Amino acid sequence: MNIIEFTLLVWVSSLLAGFVGSLTGLGGGIIITPVLTLALGVDIRYAIGATLVSVIATSSGAAAAYVREGFSNIRIGMFLEIATTVGAVTGALLAARISTGAISIIFGLVLLYSAYASSRPRRERVGDCQPDPLATRLKMNGSYPTSDEPKAYCAQAVPTGFSLMFGAGILSGLLGIGSGAVKVIAMDQAMGLPFKVSTTTSNFMIGVTAAASAGIYLGRGYIDPGLAMPVMLGVVVGSLVGARVLTRTKTRWLRLVFGLVIGIMAIEMIYHGLTGRL
Amino acid sequence: MVKQTRQWPDQYVDELIGNLLRVGVTLAAAVVLFGGTVYLFRHGLAAPHYHIFVGEPADLRSVSGIVRDALALRGRGLIQLGLLLLIATPVARVAFSVAAFAVQRDRLYVVVALIVLAVLMYSLMGGRV
Repeated sequence: MNIIEFTLLVWVSSLLAGFVGSLTGLGGGIIITPVLTLALGVDIRYAIGATLVSVIATSSGAAAAYVREGFSNIRIGMFLEIATTVGAVTGALLAARISTGAISIIFGLVLLYSAYASSRPRRERVGDCQPDPLATRLKMNGSYPTSDEPKAYCAQAVPTGFSLMFGAGILSGLLGIGSGAVKVIAMDQAMGLPFKVSTTTSNFMIGVTAAASAGIYLGRGYIDPGLAMPVMLGVVVGSLVGARVLTRTKTRWLRLVFGLVIGIMAIEMIYHGLTGRL
Repeated sequence: MVKQTRQWPDQYVDELIGNLLRVGVTLAAAVVLFGGTVYLFRHGLAAPHYHIFVGEPADLRSVSGIVRDALALRGRGLIQLGLLLLIATPVARVAFSVAAFAVQRDRLYVVVALIVLAVLMYSLMGGRV
């Protein structure tokens, strides 16, 4: 196989990963690393470096649309980015000290959890909220557009959300993923924000979080241009197509099938990490 | 209603941030695509080597080295420049937020955005203490 054939293969795989990632809501990044390492035999450090830049591309692309629609809360995002960026730098520095086997096992576990979390039914919080003094001082309360009128919400448990975001940042820097699943837990579960606000603000934050670790990965020589080029271009096109399909078709059974495939990939990552074959 | 008076500027800032992100990603993707074409045209028939980790050469690790390689129209340097533009897009977004919060006289969030910007710059310098 020469570089042209390899590049095409990576491009097509990344396109599919971006498509599935956007349909399942997992994000393309968390799916492309197992594909690159398990199916194409790429070293996990190169795979993580290439994935990280594709994460920045997809999240910034999607965030551009959401921000303009007024769903993302820029102040909440900016405040929590302190936690995610410090976490991401910590994670990226940790990545150099942990064996690739251990990284692979952690990756598999996070992938399993994300697949489980994204398949759960989404329930919207109802009833009014008590304004939290800290959140009010930080100007985190806001409103988001609904079909009839803007709906107000207020944030709670800022310290818990902040700590969870630090964890999300570490995972992002260590594994080269957006860790959207953990970010949504922090905002949806802990801080009591509406689901739509959590997901779009999380997406908005992913680019900055990934950029915080990408600098370190670049400086360490983990980002290979020949590999990152097809990964980035593939994931971006794939997630654009996925977002189109998502608005047009019923995706229940598709999500189920993909959830199963992702579960198998996660178990294989853990197995390979344990047996030291990565 | 304090909220009402701030409504317009916030929405305007959202609009600008949306445009900034879109332009950044599009520009980065175009440079990566161009660099990729040059790279495949010149080295497409060689064998890939990604199963063994060796790390990138020094000139593809630093901002100055990448710019030098890209100006010499080397494929890998051009791709890396595109990736650098991509990494710079969220950084530019945060820098813009510092200015936007300053215009809105929101001192607290000027400080918050500056902290995030400092962490990003630290990382881009290679994470050295």
